[in-house]
Amino acid sequence: MPIFIDRRLNPKDKSLSNRQRFLRRAREELKRSIRDQIRSGRIADVDAEHTVPMPERGTAEPSFNDDKASGRRQHILPGNKHFSPGDLIPKPGQGSGAGAPGNKVSEDDFRFVLSREEVLELFFEDLELPDLVKLNLKEILAFKPRRAGFAATGSPTNVNVGRTMRNSHGRRIALRRPKQAELDAILQEIATLESAPAGAATRQRIAGLREELDRLERRRRRIAFVDPVDIRFNRFDARPIPNAKAVMFCLMDVSGSMGEREKDLAKRFFVLLHLFLKRRYERTEIVFIRHTHEAHEVDEDTFFYNTQSGGTIVSTALDEMHRIIEQRYPANEWNIYAAQASDGDNFATDSERCIEFLDRRLMRLCQYFAYVEIIDERETHIFGATENGTSLWRAYSRVELKWPNFQMSRIATPADIYPVFRRLFARQPAPARKSA
Amino acid sequence: MARQATKPGLLFSGSDWDFGKLSRAHEAIQALAIEELHLDTYPVQMEIISSQQMLDAYSSVGMPLMYRHWSFGKHFLYEELLYRKGGRGLAYELVINSNPCIVYLMEENTMALQALVTAHAALGHNHFFKNNHLFRQWTDAGAILSYLDFAKGYITRCEERHGLAAVEAVLDAAHALMEQGVFRYRRPPKLSSERQREGLRERLEYEERSYNDLWRTLPPAQGNKKIDDRDRGMADPKKSLNLPEENLLYFLEKNSVVLEPWQRELVRIVRIIAQYFYPQRQTQVMNEGCATFVHYTLMNMLFDRGQINEGAMLEILRNHSNVIFQPAFDDPRYSGVNPYALGLDMMQDIQRIATAPTAEDRDWFPDIAGHGDWREILLDAWANHRDESFIRQYLSPTLIRKWRFFVLGDAADQPHYQVASIHNERGYRKIRAALAHSYDVGVNRPDIQAVDVDLLGDRHLRLQHKVKDGVVLDEASRDATLRHIRKLWGYEVSLAAVDAQTGATINERSTRQIAE
Repeated sequence: MPIFIDRRLNPKDKSLSNRQRFLRRAREELKRSIRDQIRSGRIADVDAEHTVPMPERGTAEPSFNDDKASGRRQHILPGNKHFSPGDLIPKPGQGSGAGAPGNKVSEDDFRFVLSREEVLELFFEDLELPDLVKLNLKEILAFKPRRAGFAATGSPTNVNVGRTMRNSHGRRIALRRPKQAELDAILQEIATLESAPAGAATRQRIAGLREELDRLERRRRRIAFVDPVDIRFNRFDARPIPNAKAVMFCLMDVSGSMGEREKDLAKRFFVLLHLFLKRRYERTEIVFIRHTHEAHEVDEDTFFYNTQSGGTIVSTALDEMHRIIEQRYPANEWNIYAAQASDGDNFATDSERCIEFLDRRLMRLCQYFAYVEIIDERETHIFGATENGTSLWRAYSRVELKWPNFQMSRIATPADIYPVFRRLFARQPAPARKSA
Repeated sequence: MARQATKPGLLFSGSDWDFGKLSRAHEAIQALAIEELHLDTYPVQMEIISSQQMLDAYSSVGMPLMYRHWSFGKHFLYEELLYRKGGRGLAYELVINSNPCIVYLMEENTMALQALVTAHAALGHNHFFKNNHLFRQWTDAGAILSYLDFAKGYITRCEERHGLAAVEAVLDAAHALMEQGVFRYRRPPKLSSERQREGLRERLEYEERSYNDLWRTLPPAQGNKKIDDRDRGMADPKKSLNLPEENLLYFLEKNSVVLEPWQRELVRIVRIIAQYFYPQRQTQVMNEGCATFVHYTLMNMLFDRGQINEGAMLEILRNHSNVIFQPAFDDPRYSGVNPYALGLDMMQDIQRIATAPTAEDRDWFPDIAGHGDWREILLDAWANHRDESFIRQYLSPTLIRKWRFFVLGDAADQPHYQVASIHNERGYRKIRAALAHSYDVGVNRPDIQAVDVDLLGDRHLRLQHKVKDGVVLDEASRDATLRHIRKLWGYEVSLAAVDAQTGATINERSTRQIAE
């Protein structure tokens, strides 16, 4: 008789810690491939699983191995069909041991899946987000239990006593469970009879009563006071906490001065805002508006990859955004977020228009408006803390003073992105939500 | 219900299994194995696992209690992908050479498969582990599980104490030398018992605790003569260090001066696990052949006795023929000689030679042809051979013709392969020798030994690679491995490639030439 052990219930994911060790080891390389994917993928796709190629550096397991392209060796193969001794067979391709084909999956085309958490962890790494913020972003939609009637099964803590007792009462009546009062009455009668002088009739009466008492008691025992079929539990449904809808406007200057690096930084900025909104709102939509001297709503691919030439008139984008809000996103139903990325070039006269437009119309509608100016890394020390800058920067500075929900920042590296959001995240505990 | 449907005599019917059926099947199969095949096995412990757990076991070299390391995580990803894409099915079972013999059964298997697997692993492999001389001499079936448990705990404690990176660095380096971490010619020392290990560890800890730097400053009292002795020992390192040494991990563990006691213990753990797997590598064909032969024979016997119904037998046969499928060399599915197929064929061939020999067989195998008792011959072969000697002894011309083996000469400097031998009168012996040779682990792994250490100078460690047939080492992996050795040794390490026949040095590579 062998010993049987059922291991199926053992903790799962025994290899999880090995996986974490492996990912930690290949961190740099994985980060690079995630960054590449974010650069080329869609904004909304960041928040999902990703497949990545097997990293090579740092995860090689070397050992002493024979060089397949040296020396003399013999292969013994089955299935000879027409060879005779002495036959010469040309080596296929670069003859590296191809005579003994050992078809293993080559490490090059091997890809594996990173979970959403792992992807976000890698994505966040050089954004220098505070831990609390990371936690917030990685968190999944919160649920709130809501009463949803009664159930026959459940945990003891959820017993609904009222319902249970009502059922029990109904059943006791239907099955005619003897009441305590009936028993008491019989006992009383026996007692009075026994105290009276004994006669044959009385004794017979007492015996009859005792029999009746016995029958009733047996019946009471058989029909429980509270039976398992009576018990009802409160039932709860997990309901997602209702969230309003949000729309995110991505505005970007696509004139010639915005190069690959600028667009990449802008994209990461947009991704972060989107991740953030997605956590807070049940439904988020993204609108892409690009502009040169005129503005258009475009799809994501065109937004990031199509170049367009022309001058720069920022107010056209604001106009377009306003038009779309009027048309599709009434401000009393939607939370409106806007993120604008630009290199700061603008016609001097237009900047004034922008301020006025923001001041009078847009800022009233927006929950939040973030402006990032993407500058060269070499320029950081020039513009460091000073107030002077491009015409758009100077103009927006005045808006920032007036409106608390306006944020602006210059970014040169990914680590500069987060500070723009600081106020947004700081407000997290009590989100200002409009009543829909 | 299933039992009601079972006809008298049948061990089971239907595809669902439960523990009662498993137990009945095991008992019937075991009784048959002892009675008909005279098998002798360790007691069996069967464990039911899910496919996820099977993948876990795969990635940690099949051991249930393996310590943690990133490379196992990497292998897990490979295995998981192959499995999920359907590129490879999972094994139906996994068996561990231990006492009691642990057999893992997959929960997804049908009852027919569980019976097949029981015969294959719980009896076939089990018998082989218990009786084959390599396993008897070189591994400690009784001690391996507790040793792995100790290793896992010890490495976890080291990680807590010295940090993950430090532990990983040592393990990485030791893993690179696993191939060179086995004793091939002498029997490895027995695994020390739990208590001895405990004592050793306590002593080390005591030394660490009570270490006092002052002792180092004491003048060497009347030790002049001793130092002389030591100097003499250093002048002749070959004597004091037992050089040359083929087991590099053993050499580094005992003689490296840069390793801390805990690092030494890590190297030792890797070495012992490498040693434990060494016999398995030498007996692939025999081990799988033995298990396959046993399950095939036993299942047919059960069927003949009416203990398995036709449906189950058909399923068993289908799985059996999948396992022993051998595509020809030009088939895209070809990936080397299938050890299950070769092993089973050779053992059935021995059965045939013993009972119904041809004139050719009498010529080639005078001592077993017509012997009659094939059981005895097989039991003897299972006990006393490894792949190389088994093939050299028992591969018959009949089988060479059946498999249509041929030998292809491959010289790196030629644009052609040359067919050296085919399945004809002149080729039989050559094919048999060449095939046996290709299963000789000592031949087809690079032969690398530590030959010299400059103990009086800069502690330069010299390794030597005996180059056979002009096959040199792959340079990239050689350099990376040398870097690992340098980490363990702490001083310069060089590897000289020396032609095994002429003794001429082909090239020499030192860690000084390799960028860190």
